Amino acid sequence: MGSRASTLLRDEEIEEIKKETGFSHSQITRLYSRFTSLDKGENGTLSREDFQRIPELAINPLGDRIINAFFPEGEDQVNFRGFMRTLAHFRPIEDNEKSKDQNGPEPLNSRSNKLHFAFRLYDLDKDDKISRDELLQVLRMMVGVNISDEQLGSIADRTIQEADQDGDSAISFAEFVKQVLEKVDVEQKMSIRFLH
Amino acid sequence: MQPPAASAGPAAPAGAELLRWQWREVQAPCLVAAWILVASLAKIVFHLSRKVTSVVPESCLLILLGLGLGGIVLAVAKKAEYQLEPNMFFLFLLPPIVLDSGYFMPSRLFFDNIGAILTYAVVGTLWNSFATGTALWGLHRAGLMDPGVEAGLMDFLLFGSLISAVDPVAVLAVFEEVHVNETLFIIVFGESLLNDAVTVVLYKVFNSFVELGPAHIHATDYVKGVASFFLVSLGGTAVGLLFAFLLALITRFTKRVRIIEPLFVFLLAYVAYLAAEMVSLSAILAVTFCGICCKKYVEANISQKSRTTVKYTMKTLASSSETIIFMFLGISAVDTSKWTWDTALVLGTLFFILLFRAVGVVLQTYVLNRFRLIPLDRIDQVVMSYGGLRGAVAFALVILLDREKVKAKDYFVATTIVVVFFTVIVQGLTIKPLVTWLKVKRSDHHKPTLNEELHEHAFDHILAAVEDIVGHHGYHYWRDKWEQFDKKYLSQLLMRKSAYRLRDEIWDVYYKLNIRDAISFVDQGGHVHSAAKLALPSMPSRTSMSESSVTNLLRESGSGACLDLQVIDTVRSRRDKEDAAMHHVLRGSLYKPRRRYKASYSRHFISPDKQERQDKEIFRQNMKRRLETFKSTKHNVCSSKSKARLKEKGRKKKNISLTKETLNGKTHRTVPWQDAAPVLVMVSSEEEESDSSETEKEDDEGIVFVARATDEVLQGKTTPGSLDVCPSPCIIPPSPTLAEKELPWKGDQADLAVYVSSETTKIVPVDMQKAWNQSISSLESIASPPGIESGHQHRRFACPVLEEQPQSASQAMPEQSSCFQFPSHVSKSGRSQSDSSPDGPEQQELQPLMATEEQGRMPPSAEPRWLMFNRASHL
Repeated sequence: MGSRASTLLRDEEIEEIKKETGFSHSQITRLYSRFTSLDKGENGTLSREDFQRIPELAINPLGDRIINAFFPEGEDQVNFRGFMRTLAHFRPIEDNEKSKDQNGPEPLNSRSNKLHFAFRLYDLDKDDKISRDELLQVLRMMVGVNISDEQLGSIADRTIQEADQDGDSAISFAEFVKQVLEKVDVEQKMSIRFLH
Repeated sequence: MQPPAASAGPAAPAGAELLRWQWREVQAPCLVAAWILVASLAKIVFHLSRKVTSVVPESCLLILLGLGLGGIVLAVAKKAEYQLEPNMFFLFLLPPIVLDSGYFMPSRLFFDNIGAILTYAVVGTLWNSFATGTALWGLHRAGLMDPGVEAGLMDFLLFGSLISAVDPVAVLAVFEEVHVNETLFIIVFGESLLNDAVTVVLYKVFNSFVELGPAHIHATDYVKGVASFFLVSLGGTAVGLLFAFLLALITRFTKRVRIIEPLFVFLLAYVAYLAAEMVSLSAILAVTFCGICCKKYVEANISQKSRTTVKYTMKTLASSSETIIFMFLGISAVDTSKWTWDTALVLGTLFFILLFRAVGVVLQTYVLNRFRLIPLDRIDQVVMSYGGLRGAVAFALVILLDREKVKAKDYFVATTIVVVFFTVIVQGLTIKPLVTWLKVKRSDHHKPTLNEELHEHAFDHILAAVEDIVGHHGYHYWRDKWEQFDKKYLSQLLMRKSAYRLRDEIWDVYYKLNIRDAISFVDQGGHVHSAAKLALPSMPSRTSMSESSVTNLLRESGSGACLDLQVIDTVRSRRDKEDAAMHHVLRGSLYKPRRRYKASYSRHFISPDKQERQDKEIFRQNMKRRLETFKSTKHNVCSSKSKARLKEKGRKKKNISLTKETLNGKTHRTVPWQDAAPVLVMVSSEEEESDSSETEKEDDEGIVFVARATDEVLQGKTTPGSLDVCPSPCIIPPSPTLAEKELPWKGDQADLAVYVSSETTKIVPVDMQKAWNQSISSLESIASPPGIESGHQHRRFACPVLEEQPQSASQAMPEQSSCFQFPSHVSKSGRSQSDSSPDGPEQQELQPLMATEEQGRMPPSAEPRWLMFNRASHL
């Protein structure tokens, strides 16, 4: 699907994306125009540089991690489909979607997929565990320079302690979902409104 | 009064006059005090029965009480007295409530829902006013009302404007007891606060229209009305923001006058209210926004004690205002001279306000849900409609009407009273069952965990980033922008350097969690401590005291002490077992001497020679620990910056630190003496105050220490061997802390002199008092925080030198003192040197690392510790 940048999206492609991500037709076209405006190379894919050109992302502490989340493993280009697939994680869960959860594949914006997205931001080495080091790295990004390394360390330690159930001094995804964020309204806190 | 008059003898008539005159002088405040007292006593009575208050909201009970009291007053005085005067209400009773609600408003939640809140407050109130007013006018025109009701469209619109505003006092009083979910609460409550601007404007505009008479109203007046709405609301908000800014700025510079910090908060907020009222802007908006906006900075600037003071004073004021308002509402209702009943008007009003509220809510929610991430469902809408309580604001406004101009005032008063009573009593009574019946999502109050805080922060960043990528500047985008602006400019400007440096929300939560754990630990450990004082110290519970993170500790002790269920959940059994085993071993070998000593001490039966021996031992341990501390400090003292600062400070404050040291020493000594010398407590408050300010800066370093310690613990965990070490340090600190200090004091004074360098001895007498005060203030809290702190410290040594623990046992607090003294010891006190010489080998062991920097390091290592004391007392 590489070189379709200049052309408009084809209807069948929109249909596919719609099916996969749950975005509406107008949302897809709107996001597609955003996609092409980001795509400075005009080759139908976005590179990391394209993302990094967004000024606000440069000052977002987790910016790089989030950019990385858009790219499939080992690749440094993402096409529109992949772009949409990632964004779909942030679509709010609508009422009519709750009921049909059972049949069919789990939608991308389900609670557990949202959580998994967040989890992957921490889990750099993809071993399905947030280790102390990984947590420390994220913490370092998110807190100001005013906090010393020792303090950060103790925060990380306590964070892991809180969540760690099996005693491996790391947070597994199961622990992440259950222990850490059980009481958090993830559906709300990991959703944004996409313009229609 | 009588006896002095009699003794005055010849001037009897003058005396009698004087007597009467004085009463008049005192009458007003006396009555105020009496009413407050009555109301407060009534509250006590209400709460005697849990059953009653769980069913009937307090506001209902207070209104009923007011009715009763009003009846009595009416019967006795033959005329209605003690009404709820609008002036009194707006100038004195309302501000505390609004300030309280603004200051403690969960700001994140508030701003997350600001769109909905504003819609309901502005559009909803406008709709309610106009619809109610017009409908009542229609009712009047249809001839259903008593012909005595002389009112035109404007009068009804005026009435509609005052009757349709949801009342913050009533809403707060009822909803606080209902515990609906936060979103629902913040929407209803936020609406009730923010609709004030609309109410004020509508009321004023219609009032002036009524006074002008319909004939004289020009088109420009309508335009003016609309313009004045924006002026009043935005102006009120601006006044609030301005004062919030001032307040934050002022508290930045109160370091030396801690005692009046809370005063500034109240004064400036009140001045904001008055200033807004003066230029007839929305005073409620002013105070609300003043409270919301200043909180972050003020809380960061003022001391922990001031924070507590502000909190409690605010709550007390608000609660008593609320009590008085409801009671006086009841009393005022008894005055039949003021009101005239008209069934059609009353029933019509009741029907219409309920109907239009419901319609308004449904319509607005329909629109809002198109924009909301999480739509408000039917049940929420029902509760919101039903939660539209009217209250004292409406009553005060209707009383303020001019009878000359508004002919139907008496009818309106009667109707307002009925509406207020109906909403507060009937709706207030039924809303709880309704909420239960509808299964409205309740708020689940769980304690914030570090994980939640951390990940929610991450979510915020993620969402902001995604919005950036999508190129849609939504709520998160603006919030992100604001936070950066705040961080870059506002916080720097409005926060104390020390506070700003440390400002980080994740760290805050971590810190709070630790404090909370510490508190819960003390709560339960408190009796242990006192028991220790009285008889044998119950070691088992104390032993577990000092692991780095208190939570850890609590887990270790495995008692019900830990209120933090989350933590208990995560207990790891294997580790616990190992810990326990090691713990027993260590306890057996380590603690006995201290314990015995303490036991005998508390019985006041120590033989001097034994003391001496212990003294020496402890001194030796102190020396050693001091060295250890230096070593550890050198290794990882926080940031070089703070180090430098501390060094400097240490030098400058040599005297102070020495003082402190003595203080500490005394602190412990005094523990058992407390009973003997209770008088000394008197002085404590001031001293504490000064103390806290002194140590303000060091607070930061104290925190650093905690952190490092935790760090260590956890690192330790990774290797099984070091795991076991954890419990041991715990055991150590508490007993030595107490024991050590006690020794020199109790024992021969000569010994004391030995320890204290010449310099120190000079200071001792002067500081004695300070020491006492200090000690008393920190008495209760001694048990846990020092223990905890020392625990961290302790770990350091405990890990590497397991076998040596018996000696390091005494290191906990005492070390502090020795740290300070160290330089002087070495240089001036010959005997102390000789004392320390036996420790030689141990010292040397540690020495390589400390070398030259010793002197500089000392203050840092010691001060944080000291700091812990302070903190303890803050708790």
